Amino acid sequence: MTTLITTGTAQPRDSISTAIKDAAASGRPAVVGFMTAGFPDRAHFAQNLRAIATEADVVEIGVPFSDPMADGATIQRASFASLQGGFTLRWLLDELEVMQPRPQAPVLLMSYLNPLLAFGLERLPEVAKKAGVSGFIIPDLPYEESADMRAALDRVGIALVQMVTPVTPDKRLKMLCAASQGFVYAVTMTGTTGKSVAVPDEVLDYMDRVKSMSPVPVCAGFGIRTAEQVTRMQGHVDGVVVGSALVEVLERGEDPAKFLRRLKP
Amino acid sequence: MKTQALEIDREALLAQTLRGEFPDARGRFGPFGGRYVPETLVPALDRLEQGIRDILPDPAFKAELDLQLRTWVGRPTPLTYAATLSQRWGAEVWLKREDLAHTGAHKINNAIGQGLLAKRLGAKRIVAETGAGQHGVATAAACARLGMPCTVYMGSIDMERQAPNVGRMRLLGAEVVPVTGGDKTLRAAIDEALRDWVSDPNGTFYILGSAVGPHPYPYMVREFQRVIGVEARAQMLAQAGALPDVVVACVGGGSNAIGLFHPFIPDTEVKLLGFEAGGIGPGLGQNAASLAYGTPGVLQGCYSLLLQDEHGQIQETQSVSAGLDYPGVGPEHALLASIGRLGFAASEDDESLEALSECSRYEGILPAIETAHAFAGARKYAKKNPGCRILIGLSGRGDKDMPTLQRTLLKGKI
Repeated sequence: MTTLITTGTAQPRDSISTAIKDAAASGRPAVVGFMTAGFPDRAHFAQNLRAIATEADVVEIGVPFSDPMADGATIQRASFASLQGGFTLRWLLDELEVMQPRPQAPVLLMSYLNPLLAFGLERLPEVAKKAGVSGFIIPDLPYEESADMRAALDRVGIALVQMVTPVTPDKRLKMLCAASQGFVYAVTMTGTTGKSVAVPDEVLDYMDRVKSMSPVPVCAGFGIRTAEQVTRMQGHVDGVVVGSALVEVLERGEDPAKFLRRLKP
Repeated sequence: MKTQALEIDREALLAQTLRGEFPDARGRFGPFGGRYVPETLVPALDRLEQGIRDILPDPAFKAELDLQLRTWVGRPTPLTYAATLSQRWGAEVWLKREDLAHTGAHKINNAIGQGLLAKRLGAKRIVAETGAGQHGVATAAACARLGMPCTVYMGSIDMERQAPNVGRMRLLGAEVVPVTGGDKTLRAAIDEALRDWVSDPNGTFYILGSAVGPHPYPYMVREFQRVIGVEARAQMLAQAGALPDVVVACVGGGSNAIGLFHPFIPDTEVKLLGFEAGGIGPGLGQNAASLAYGTPGVLQGCYSLLLQDEHGQIQETQSVSAGLDYPGVGPEHALLASIGRLGFAASEDDESLEALSECSRYEGILPAIETAHAFAGARKYAKKNPGCRILIGLSGRGDKDMPTLQRTLLKGKI
């Protein structure tokens, strides 16, 4: 029987907060770049991932699911196309494990719960760790239902990132920030992914509130598409998540690294 | 967690079920249920749960709901003795007539209940999903009655096969939004209604039509539909002089079934039987029978039995009936089935259409295609159990199914 030592040594999840803090220390919000695994096709996955990882500080890879209820039109379309193309979580983890050279940035997986349950909670943590995964974002797993998943990922030091939203009451906000690992994913608005937001003052106030409560870095996500938005968020958050806009860049066959460079203030 | 091997203590769960202990404080029916939603919806579900706790037992709310049920919905609905079917099947067949409820199906019980609750909770607009269109029509009618704006999401395939109901919803003042993503049926419509709700969790109230979704929906829908079983149980005692040997209902998500079954759960001598959509066969993708062929997983907010592949991707379903065409089932059904309190089987398309024909021809009642799945199952049960006393939940009427019936039973006849 082997014992895993999970304290004292650097854990996979630490690489996420370190990368975000490093970017923030250089005077700009960190950029978390999102891509849907297997989209536009599986053949170019490693190439696209590496390209994104040259500019993004953290890469979030979306695991396609048949019922992406928190996602808007772009990521729905990408998810269905990827599933049509034969995507499986097993394929993604295998790809990540053998990928050479490794992506330059820490990798998170964004997945709805059911594909992870089907893979099996008893083997997911070890396989994900071997594939170099540092964290998970599970949009349909609220804190109250997360005990089993949290314990499983803790075993190997992989982060479980919590989301907070503008309608989260303060007491709950505090609890979620304290529970989050790697960073806190602060959703900019109520709604699904992909709709552009103007970043009004209330959003900045809300980000300030999250930041004041969070022991880990805070990244804003949902609707981030332009350098203006990123500049406006500067000082209020530690990082931004760019999702649908980056998926659309890949969909059009454009260079994701170039797009991400332009986002940085 | 291995999907097939869900280890449960059947006896302990059955005892808890008979004591009425589910859902528990975490919104669980044994291992099933729970609340798997985006964080944005958590405060809204908390408020809804609190609202249910405070408002449902309130005598003023009860009186208002009761008044609407009696004077607008037309409750109590009758219990009809089916003399010819009894003779043909060699059984004693009783029908609980939800087809006679306003708008033509049981869905109205829940729609008016949730509508009144939404109003008390200060909601400004209503969203709903619909498969067969019955829940959409019921919600549109309830919103018209209560003066609230209503948006109904409906899969584009369902809009075609249930065209009469689309027109009814529009006449009742609802906006009907076609859903062209996903499987273009009920499941995609629920996804889209959830996305709408996520966009405005404070002002919008989601009236979910089936006993599925995140806690407290399966519980709330059951509470508003229980009136079916409460009435039916009393009517059986009054008219038949005894409880039925078996209670039969069709099961898609399971709202009419749980409403009819729930008051009979403690009557352990009464068998409960649910019939799902068997489609064209038992293979994955050929039916919509989650109790019969599903495995545990999480879809649209709850942990239940689902039609999914080995990778946890939800599968497309097939059924002649839009209302049963759903790859999951309510968490309470999943519990009742897994502890043996609920028996289940699948009725295939052909035998269901044949049963629809038989009920129409011999009882003068055209049931919905969904309901016909219960008749097909009941007939088989009766043939094996001569003389048994059967109560069938006649969940809705079939007028809405005319486009489908023209293409199937009536093909070449007109």
